Amino acid sequence: MADYLEELAHKTDDADPSYGDTQIQNYTINFGPQHPAAHGVLRLVMELDGEIVERCDPHVGLLHRGTEKLIEYKTYLQALPYFDRLDYCSPLGMEHSYVLAIEKLLNLEVPLRAQYLRVFFAELTRICNHMLNLGSHVMDVGAMTPNLWLFEIREDCLNFFERASGARMHSAYYRPGGVHQDVPLKLLTDIADWLDTRLPRMFEDAMSLVVDNRIFKQRNVDIAVVSKEDALKWGFSGPMIRGSGIPWDIRKAQPYDVYDRMEFDVPVGTNYDCYDRFMVRVEEVRQSARIMKQCLNEMPEGPIASFDRKVVPPKRGEMKRSMEALIHHFKLYTEGFHVPAGEVYVATESPKGEFGVYLVSDGSNKPYRCKIRPTAFSHLQAMDFMMKGHMLADTTAVLGAMDIVFGECDR
Amino acid sequence: MGHPAPKIAVIDGIADEIAGVLGASLIETVDHADELSFTVARDELVAAMTALRDKAQYQQLMEVAGVDYPERPDRFEVCYHLLSVTRNHRIRVKVSTDEDTPVPSVTGIWPVAGWLEREVFDMYGVVFSGNTDLRRILTDYGFKGHPQRKDFPLTGYVELRYSEEDKRVVYEPVRLAQDFRSFDFMSPWEGAQYVLPGDEKAAQAPGAPSPAPAPPPPPAPPKGEPAAPKPKVTEKPSDTGAGEPANSEAAKKSARAPRKPKAETATGEGAAVPEKPKRTRKPKTEGGA
Repeated sequence: MADYLEELAHKTDDADPSYGDTQIQNYTINFGPQHPAAHGVLRLVMELDGEIVERCDPHVGLLHRGTEKLIEYKTYLQALPYFDRLDYCSPLGMEHSYVLAIEKLLNLEVPLRAQYLRVFFAELTRICNHMLNLGSHVMDVGAMTPNLWLFEIREDCLNFFERASGARMHSAYYRPGGVHQDVPLKLLTDIADWLDTRLPRMFEDAMSLVVDNRIFKQRNVDIAVVSKEDALKWGFSGPMIRGSGIPWDIRKAQPYDVYDRMEFDVPVGTNYDCYDRFMVRVEEVRQSARIMKQCLNEMPEGPIASFDRKVVPPKRGEMKRSMEALIHHFKLYTEGFHVPAGEVYVATESPKGEFGVYLVSDGSNKPYRCKIRPTAFSHLQAMDFMMKGHMLADTTAVLGAMDIVFGECDR
Repeated sequence: MGHPAPKIAVIDGIADEIAGVLGASLIETVDHADELSFTVARDELVAAMTALRDKAQYQQLMEVAGVDYPERPDRFEVCYHLLSVTRNHRIRVKVSTDEDTPVPSVTGIWPVAGWLEREVFDMYGVVFSGNTDLRRILTDYGFKGHPQRKDFPLTGYVELRYSEEDKRVVYEPVRLAQDFRSFDFMSPWEGAQYVLPGDEKAAQAPGAPSPAPAPPPPPAPPKGEPAAPKPKVTEKPSDTGAGEPANSEAAKKSARAPRKPKAETATGEGAAVPEKPKRTRKPKTEGGA
């Protein structure tokens, strides 16, 4: 009772510096690995003081499949489909870095149409990825409808991937030297229609429910503010670094393929919080649609893969008629091509940020070392410092705004 | 036109500038495929990295990659990929080490290095002195070994399964139903290291073929009473060589199957009865790959 009176009077004494009868201790909880808001298999060991997160230790690696080791035992072409399975929400973004790394080592020229096709589908991948991330972010903080609406757009994207490559998710569409096959004209016109009608209508509809929503803002504004200095120190990239106010986009700064011909804006955040990261992605979807329209306008006719027969296999029809083509086909699909010795680090702007491939070749037909630089790894590491002093319920908002996929983080 | 990979700003004299910044710690500079690699002395890594960040504007550490070269005395290389967002430039800084010698940690310069170094430690066993949290990161809790080393087999050493008897997950030595096959598709004319079947004599010095030695006589049958031939019996179904009977449900005619015309069934009794499918293959065992 004495304690209670003390508490009422807001007085403490030196012997017992706290109010009340009970001492509150920090306790540790496990978040995941089976939590639906963990976006896969993330285990967070969190130390809580009441509802305030004091320390947060992410345990990753539950989806580790040894991709880098497997790649060392495969030829360059056989290793390509592993990249689809890294970030399975944006498969072509992963392939893009890999094929560019091989082309850089080979110093291989790629026909213009192939470069346009790659940029075109990379941007479609970005839209596809952001549909999933924006939707799940919104759902993590309590709204259901936008997720369902955005999934409809994602479904459209996946159908387009299927029509281009034959697979909805794991396309394996990019190849060293170009792309696997040309797209039918009807597909391009259908995507053009979709970009003009369905995408803006459905996307803006869904966003109108979210961006000015009071609850959504209460859950995201001023949550996990990351200053510019911290963003640089923690190795942020992609929407995370742009959300922290640094206009850094590899597509602009170090353009690859035909991004130097594209006109698009790089959105940046002003408050550096989770809401900014969300809004950066929203604007990126619009800019991606803009890039895709430019690709459609400018895409030339022509070959879709290099004619260097020591790297790119001939088409099947050619193979049936020409002995030389048959030999090339056989050699490329058994032995594969040899890449001159050397090492490159190629990073592209995947939908989640800088996705890099550090490829070391010893001159044989298999990579000597293929180090994959995942985006989520650095972002997730900053979780501890971003979460410090926030409420437990903010964890899902912070995770959602990071856009983490464990296939890529754990490799 | 050249390759379509990211175009990085070309800065004149950047290699000399960085050599000046690194000073005596620089061991080697390599300029390959428009990318600059600087090998620095292991002990002076932290000073070199601090100088690169503060004097040469490389603000971001994007990646730390380990590479294993087992034939070198210092078998591991640790490659730091730095990015300057103000100068729009990337460089690579390398140090080499062996299994025991620690590499100074750069977590004091870039906190992001914490996990990146943990990963190199996990995968290669490179120790980083000064990293306060050097736990394993990607492999399993309690994993042994460093899987990215070149002498670590692709298949690993243990496999895990859920044991119905113990009601928990158990670890067992890895058991493959089929050996791991690593095909060498290198052309035999371009330095394949193996002997082709039928080509065993190719490496011998050419000359008159010597008469082949007579083949050794066949081994004599062992003395003593000959082993009695095992009588063939069909006591058990497993002796017959037949597999398990096919699922009786599957052998039934489905309701949708088109009926045979009546005329045919009338001609021969039992002619339309389908033969019971024979299973020639052994049933799959649980250890199948």
